[in-house]
Amino acid sequence: MIPAPFEYVRASSVDEAVALLGEHGDDAKLLAGGHSLLPLMKLRLATPAVLVDIGRLRDLSYVEERHDHVAVGGLTRHRDLESSPVLAQHVPLLAAAAHSIGDPQVRHRGTIGGSLAHGDPASDVPAVLLATRATVVARGPDGERAIAADDFFEGFLETALRPDEVLTEVRIPKLTGVPWSFQKFTRRAQDWAIVGVALVRNGSSGVGLVNMGSRPLRAVAVEDALASGASVGEAAALAAEGADPPADLHAAPEYRAHLARVLVRRALEEATAR
Amino acid sequence: MHVSVTVNGGRHDDEVEPRLLLVHYLREVRGLTATNIGCDTSSCGACTVLLDGESVKSCTVLAVQADGSTITTVEGLAPGAPEAAELHPVQQAFRENHGLQCGYCTPGMVMAAVSLLRENGAPTEAEVREGLDGNLCRCTGYHNIVKAVLAASRMPGATEVPA
Ligand SMILES: Cc1cc2nc3c(=O)[nH]c(=O)nc-3n(C[C@H](O)[C@H](O)[C@H](O)COP(=O)(O)OP(=O)(O)OC[C@H]3O[C@@H](n4cnc5c(N)ncnc54)[C@H](O)[C@@H]3O)c2cc1C
Ligand code: FES
Ligand code: FES
Repeated sequence: MIPAPFEYVRASSVDEAVALLGEHGDDAKLLAGGHSLLPLMKLRLATPAVLVDIGRLRDLSYVEERHDHVAVGGLTRHRDLESSPVLAQHVPLLAAAAHSIGDPQVRHRGTIGGSLAHGDPASDVPAVLLATRATVVARGPDGERAIAADDFFEGFLETALRPDEVLTEVRIPKLTGVPWSFQKFTRRAQDWAIVGVALVRNGSSGVGLVNMGSRPLRAVAVEDALASGASVGEAAALAAEGADPPADLHAAPEYRAHLARVLVRRALEEATAR
Repeated sequence: MHVSVTVNGGRHDDEVEPRLLLVHYLREVRGLTATNIGCDTSSCGACTVLLDGESVKSCTVLAVQADGSTITTVEGLAPGAPEAAELHPVQQAFRENHGLQCGYCTPGMVMAAVSLLRENGAPTEAEVREGLDGNLCRCTGYHNIVKAVLAASRMPGATEVPA
């Protein structure tokens, strides 16, 4: 399978990428690792006229400890997240989620920025951002702006990013020593999650759900129940409240709702045991 | 679009269409047909090659993305390849442990195994199985592949890739 023809331009800086996006408008798409975009282009489900390759912006690939948060560059690959000592210490939940993505070959190419900008509810990293109350930083023609994770995921493959913005950084509050869990239920090892759960168990617990709606979701009912002292069993029973799980060849909505309850319970039990 | 790449130790300059996939570049432009296309949908790993020393699925990388990089295919893996008849330790281990039957998955499997050993020189059996998540084999049942990779991890030179 071969993508439809397109023009290829390489950006040597974020500002150049923003300018190129402005110049080519709706016809252009950014290319990072290409592991969401190229499969779609091969199937001709995406046919951008121009690809702006930001894959070489190495200065956007980093994991840094900063005051109360960890900053992750938008072009940081999943491989560099799973092996980051800074994340292992301060946000092990993100390292674990990155480690669960696809397979080593996918993790050698795919980036955190691409995973978030693609806005796929079946992706793993968005649930982590929701659970940790992270912030996404985007740069456009008018400069930089910060977007709370809660406001970032707007719909199926839709995010708050504007067509001429580049996702440059993700800021995750430090969770040093905070109990956490990442649960991912798959049929085969390399698969996407049928359902996944990202959990942080601190003062105001955070619970993010993978593949439980048209966009990545927080299990707000579970968070509220935990905040008012509910038991693990009581809280987990609310896991699918307000969710709208999709039906596909792997699972019916009822089965996904059941899985969410089971996985939230397992996550709470695992976090408690940590 | 111009690309300049080092493939199995040789430097090449070629004009390619931006939409040319790396696997097609290797097979059709460079004539290196050991790298197979299995699924063509990023799932099976038959097309795995090393890009700057790390495993990638070459059906999901554009040739233009590899511009300036070093690529190793199974043809260039053994010391002195392609002229020398020697096998790379990982190839040797696959042979000794019957890590293949029809052989279709083998070039990708061997390259994934080399990449895995470069990241973790002494993997456990579970780590080998997990590290080969991205490679499907329809013949062997994986058992002898895992055995081969574990055997290779104990052989000198298993992580070496000719420059
Ligand atoms: C076989 C396979 C299995 C996978 N399994 C999983 C899995 O289990 N879990 C999971 O979460 N994901 C999985 N993925 C997806 C993988 O994580 C992708 O790498 C990721 O979704 C996209 O990242 P990328 O860098 O490849 O983005 P690209 O494909 O390059 O881009 C994706 C989209 O984001 C846009 N974009 C990219 N970077 C930016 C940026 N910095 N700013 C603004 N827009 C940007 C692009 O324009 C495009 O629209 C899998 C992929 C494959 C091929
Ligand atoms: S042919 Fe590339 S992964 Fe199957
Ligand atoms: S040996 Fe036949 S597919 Fe693996």
